[in-house]
Amino acid sequence: MKNEIAIEAKNLSVGYGDYVLLHDADYQVNKGDIFIIMGGSGCGKSSMLRVLTGLIEPLKGTVIINGVDMVTAKREEVQRIREKSGILYQSGALFSSMTLAENIMLPLQQYSDYSPQTIRELAELKLALVGLKGFGDFYPSEISGGMKKRAGLARALALDPDIVYFDEPSAGLDPISSHNLDDLIIEINRSLGTTIVVVTHELASIFAIGTNSIFLDANTKTIMAKGNPRELLKNPPNKEVSEFLTRGEKKK
Amino acid sequence: MRKETENNLVLQTFDNEFNIVVAGPILNYDSAAFLQNLQKELSTNITKINFVADGIGQWDSSFLAVMYGVVGLAQSRGIECDISAMPQNVRDLVGLAYAVDRKPTHGGGKKLPFLEKLGKNTLDILQKTSDVMDFLGKIGSAVGRFFTFRSIMRRIDFCAALEDCGPKSIGIVSLISFLVGLILAFVGAIQLQTFGAQIYVASLVTIGMCRIMGAIMVGIIMAGRTGSSYAATIGTMQVNEELDALQTMGLSKIDFLVLPRLLALLIAMPILTILADFMGMIGGAFVGVFMMDLPYQEYWKYAFNAFNLENFLVGVFHGFCFGIIIAVCGCYSGLNCGRDADSVGVATTQSVVRAIVWMIVATGIITVICMELGI
Repeated sequence: MKNEIAIEAKNLSVGYGDYVLLHDADYQVNKGDIFIIMGGSGCGKSSMLRVLTGLIEPLKGTVIINGVDMVTAKREEVQRIREKSGILYQSGALFSSMTLAENIMLPLQQYSDYSPQTIRELAELKLALVGLKGFGDFYPSEISGGMKKRAGLARALALDPDIVYFDEPSAGLDPISSHNLDDLIIEINRSLGTTIVVVTHELASIFAIGTNSIFLDANTKTIMAKGNPRELLKNPPNKEVSEFLTRGEKKK
Repeated sequence: MRKETENNLVLQTFDNEFNIVVAGPILNYDSAAFLQNLQKELSTNITKINFVADGIGQWDSSFLAVMYGVVGLAQSRGIECDISAMPQNVRDLVGLAYAVDRKPTHGGGKKLPFLEKLGKNTLDILQKTSDVMDFLGKIGSAVGRFFTFRSIMRRIDFCAALEDCGPKSIGIVSLISFLVGLILAFVGAIQLQTFGAQIYVASLVTIGMCRIMGAIMVGIIMAGRTGSSYAATIGTMQVNEELDALQTMGLSKIDFLVLPRLLALLIAMPILTILADFMGMIGGAFVGVFMMDLPYQEYWKYAFNAFNLENFLVGVFHGFCFGIIIAVCGCYSGLNCGRDADSVGVATTQSVVRAIVWMIVATGIITVICMELGI
């Protein structure tokens, strides 16, 4: 399973209108990887994630997810792939008018044939998996930021996805909550075999969870390095990667 | 050769070198004037600029601005600039200012030439028109899905929207309509009194409220109360990435967010219009009976005589159309909101302005159609 390709970006250019953030990116994400998209602020990490999740179209090139070309495939096929993907947004993006359980039940109601009772039980299970057992009837406004992220993750896991995307999972969290979320990501990856794609610039998280990565550079607008983050730290291919992975501490 | 400049910065020229002597504290210094002066003084044969310390005292950001400007000027002219005689912290700060590793990659607030701006604005308008048409088309197909039981609209969302724009709006609609009827009666009464025809105040208020005023007042109230709330709610969902979550889940934003609000307003608006008509007539009666001493029964007799089913239905039809306009403008503004707090404010304002403008346009169109049909 390790060497099967989950995501393949070919000649991918990302940007908005005439403004190119990243050009001609080529990379692969293997099934079961925890793949990190890292780089400094403004390098196009989040935009890359928006392309992968279908929120924006690439300027050029294509993304192949589980063998389906997401740019040229038919709508139904793209939809099928999307149903097998979960996303945890920076803010959790829970629907504020619904309880946590209702948030998780929504994708299940839309895309599964389970009975309402089973859907409710599945929602409680997903909440328990992320450590929020008993919080089903709470509204997002009644829980903390870290809990919102966990609930968002429970929703992302609702349809047993093949791939889960994380947009800056550590943002706004204290070190302990951030560490706990990292552990949760590793646990989900190990126990469910889910491919994980994480956009982050948090070094602690990068080294704790990443098995593979790409480093985006805002100046050259290219992928400057690929590989396991710990390997990149040991043998940085260039000054930029070295400075990023050592928090800018230049060798004297 | 020595020239004095303001305060404690002194310029000296020696052959091919230029010295800037710092001879005392540099505080609140006019750095722009200094740099302008320096540009004039700097002859073409200068190959090096030296900063020389001669009793440097206190300094502030204006001194840094001088140094930053001089170093930049030297770089642009290919002249060597020696700042080694300056204090370490000053050199560090200038170094930091030049250490920015990124150049702007797009124009920022660059002003475009007139023709380019005209072309860009025209394309923007065409794009926006196309977006609105696309949005209306999507709403049309969502309504189609609803009537063929294929919509994913949640019943609870529809009920919440209906409660918000129905029962919760009754108080404000009643009050405003009562006052509008009262004002209409007052204004009309003053004129009619001159001819001794004050009893016709009843007809004036009844026709005015039923034909158009009731619907317009409800439209304006609901655009401000409900349309703006739609824009703000959906706009905030955009800021919180909830719309992205819906999109990536493959759930239709139109079915999920627009349809319940649109249907709720389509039901509530005609009912609120009828309520407004009635409350306006009561307001008119209040003035007629209590302030102009018209007989109560006489007033209502004239009011019912003036009541016309066609006028009443035209008013209700106005309310129905206004409901569509308010829901479309509110939801469109919200869905096209930016991703910051300021954008939510802009979207809210836009929803109200757009709704009121389009309600007036719709009133004009309906009036012309009614005139042509003889209604």
